[in-house]
Amino acid sequence: MSLRIVVCVKYVPDATGDRHFADDLTVDRDDVDGLLSELDEYAVEQALQIAEEADDAEITVLTVGPEDAKDALRKALSMGADKAVHVEDDDLHGSDVIGTSLVLAKAIEKAGYDLVVTGMASTDGTMGVLPALLAERLGVPQVTLLSEVKVEDGTVTGRRDGDAASEQLEASLPAVVSVTDQSGEARYPSFKGIMAAKKKPVESWDLSDLDIEAEEVGLENAYTVVDSAAQRPARTAGTIVKDEGEGGKQLAEFLAGQKFI
Amino acid sequence: MAEVLVYVDHVDGAVRKPTLELLTLARRIGEPVAVALGAGAADTAAVLAEHGAVKVLTADAPEFAEYLVVPKVDALQAAYEAVSPAAVLVPSSAEGKEIAARLALRIGSGIITDAVDLEAGDEGPVATQSAFAASFTTKSRVSKGTPVITVKPNSAPVEAAPAAGAVEALAVTFGALATGTKVTSRTPRESTGRPELTEAAIVVSGGRGVNGAENFGIIEALADSLGAAVGASRAAVDAGWYPHSNQVGQTGKSVSPQLYIASGISGAIQHRAGMQTSKTIVAINKDAEAPIFDLVDYGVVGDLFQVVPQLTEEIKARKG
Repeated sequence: MSLRIVVCVKYVPDATGDRHFADDLTVDRDDVDGLLSELDEYAVEQALQIAEEADDAEITVLTVGPEDAKDALRKALSMGADKAVHVEDDDLHGSDVIGTSLVLAKAIEKAGYDLVVTGMASTDGTMGVLPALLAERLGVPQVTLLSEVKVEDGTVTGRRDGDAASEQLEASLPAVVSVTDQSGEARYPSFKGIMAAKKKPVESWDLSDLDIEAEEVGLENAYTVVDSAAQRPARTAGTIVKDEGEGGKQLAEFLAGQKFI
Repeated sequence: MAEVLVYVDHVDGAVRKPTLELLTLARRIGEPVAVALGAGAADTAAVLAEHGAVKVLTADAPEFAEYLVVPKVDALQAAYEAVSPAAVLVPSSAEGKEIAARLALRIGSGIITDAVDLEAGDEGPVATQSAFAASFTTKSRVSKGTPVITVKPNSAPVEAAPAAGAVEALAVTFGALATGTKVTSRTPRESTGRPELTEAAIVVSGGRGVNGAENFGIIEALADSLGAAVGASRAAVDAGWYPHSNQVGQTGKSVSPQLYIASGISGAIQHRAGMQTSKTIVAINKDAEAPIFDLVDYGVVGDLFQVVPQLTEEIKARKG
């Protein structure tokens, strides 16, 4: 039987751009170029490798986001995913992680899955909790923050490098896996891949397709409220000296003045 | 006074510093009730009591070590149901965030992660967070359910505040999901004898300019002269010069020490995301145009192979 892999990806504002908040204190997605979150490229890559090892596998790449989020799906398709699902609905604007995880979980169930693969965190929200929330909602094992992952005979195994220890994990499918940026370089889409991606199917679903009420998602119904967002004041210009042979000693003098020595 | 649950991060009963910082923050909201799980849980009580825990709920079972995350969620949920707290605070480790998120979902609450400060507010605790590589500061609250908030290390001082710290056994029943992910082996990290990166008061980091694993010795020597932790930029880690566990930046650790010394690090956004909330920043780089110099309180434009050893010698001389 075919191994059904769903990779969740996010379309994020470019971290090298001038990221800021919109008037409603959600992430401004209009004024900064967006792209497939770099950390999700690792998820696509591991899904592709798992699919290559399997006899028969199909990779669906899934995103929740505005119209432009299709770009992220196209990138994943050009890397080699088979098909894509785009969940888009005006009522989703401003959803927090509780709302987003609900939408993703419903979409994953509708798509059908044996394995869900995600990145370790988004590069904009950076919470890193979505994979755990998906596992909780789907009622399947969470096998997260893997720097190595393997799927064989209906079992997923992997290495999780934590602060205190490195752990080997094992769970039966279906399961939710997240992979870190240590899991292996993501491939670049080939020209052939980019051309092929244009012909791959991208389905669009809205909330009604997922049996989700507008009252369950969106900014108004979020479980958290952002009351204010302020730009951090620029750090005041410090002292810069050119090393003329005494740079280390001058630095020591500064540190002593600050009571670090 | 309302009770506040504090999830205890400990290793065989030795409480890690971020938990003590959480107790400081918890006391701003209510009376801290600590939850300590796994081997050595009861041994945490004395130090938790010294820092304000009125009660310490403990549970030990093989499941906590043998299976990933979920047994701890079951236990924290049991504590939540026993106490009905005003808030639940959890250290912002990778595991802490996962435990907190699953708990929040189960109890119908919102979750805030990676708070760097916490105050009592009219509508519940107000969390300060850094956003977009710490270029913004936000204030947020949980607006549904009991606030579940994870807090980063170095977000509050450790304060002595003696309290009863009465140990109570917590009854835990594990659900069907608890044994879903088996931990088949565990290899503890080798101790370097240096402070934990995220908890350290001083961090000394090396980047591309260090130019080789063999040269990280001079970074370590500087760190040791200051009692500091050692960090590395992504460039240095990707090159294989230093372990990923020491990476500072967006995909590594985010640190907020009293003093951050960047050596041979240009200061790309990826790195800045992990260190720009440091109180005092110092950089050594041969490129006067490096963006890291925009952040520094003190910068030396020069060859780190000259400047760093000289600095280390001078520190040693001054410390006698």
